[in-house]
Amino acid sequence: MHTPAKQLWLGALETLPLVVAAFPFGIVFGAMAHTGGLDFAVTLGMSAIVFAGASQFIAITLLAAATALPVIVMTVFVVNLRQMLYSANLMHHVEPWPHWLRAVLAFFLTDETFAAVTDRLNRHPEQEGLRWFYAGSALFMYSFWQISTVLGYTLGERIPGLADWGLDVAMIVAFVGIVVPALRQRADWACAAVAFSSALLTYDWPHQTGLLLSSLLAITVGMAVAGRSS
Amino acid sequence: MNEWLLIALMAVVTYLPRYLPFALAGRIRIPARLEQALDFVPIAVLTAIIAQASLYRGGELDLTLGNYHALAALVAFAVALATRHLFATIAAGLIAFALLKLLV
Repeated sequence: MHTPAKQLWLGALETLPLVVAAFPFGIVFGAMAHTGGLDFAVTLGMSAIVFAGASQFIAITLLAAATALPVIVMTVFVVNLRQMLYSANLMHHVEPWPHWLRAVLAFFLTDETFAAVTDRLNRHPEQEGLRWFYAGSALFMYSFWQISTVLGYTLGERIPGLADWGLDVAMIVAFVGIVVPALRQRADWACAAVAFSSALLTYDWPHQTGLLLSSLLAITVGMAVAGRSS
Repeated sequence: MNEWLLIALMAVVTYLPRYLPFALAGRIRIPARLEQALDFVPIAVLTAIIAQASLYRGGELDLTLGNYHALAALVAFAVALATRHLFATIAAGLIAFALLKLLV
């Protein structure tokens, strides 16, 4: 009943809505990379080797603004800290896995796979075969991210100005869709309000340092508010 | 800039945060304060990105009704508050954006 094959399939199936939502991201990423003058190998290489939607957008946006390499890498690192929280949340569940498997599957820990895996853990806490479910979700998400990148790059080549259609709105509304359900307590709202205002005030700081400072400031305020109310 | 060097470094700073807790599973516990700080990371970083990406268009602060990205983000915000559903939020935001582009 819980054969590896079935768990692989379920993992893919339950990641489907998130894959559909991520698909326009991949297309816009490919098109923007083309517009930004990245060649095809670099664009697909980034999707295949880095495999992190938000980080890739930030990287090509910063590249287009001629940002210094260390700043891009630092910004990407900060953006990826949320994956560290995901990973930390799953620590207990990956304990039985051999180390090589943890090392492999960690690469595929995206927002989408984390969401699918935690949803399964909430609904079927005792069910066997989590590693297969995770792998199914991971491979499905990975394949479609590569396909959408290639499609976006190709469309960007054929349809001049595709990247200027404003499709980056897909990223904005998806981020809204991820953030808003996370706003549960006053501290969360305080954190978001500070991040929002601070980011607007520091937009013209060099090399997007405003984004970094705003995030750190917002985290500090969030923790202060949480500390007071607890 | 060497783009492959950038990709390699991005891969490192993307993979390490994903892997380290997995690697340490069963060996350490994360301090509560750090875990609490990490809890705020998605809200802080994503909100900062949303603010800049939706309200600064073409390098200028655009608070007019002609800023369709901001209007779509507002629609998405309202739908997200009402439904707390990722898919519905994305769909509403994209439809609002398309309608504004096509009709206005």
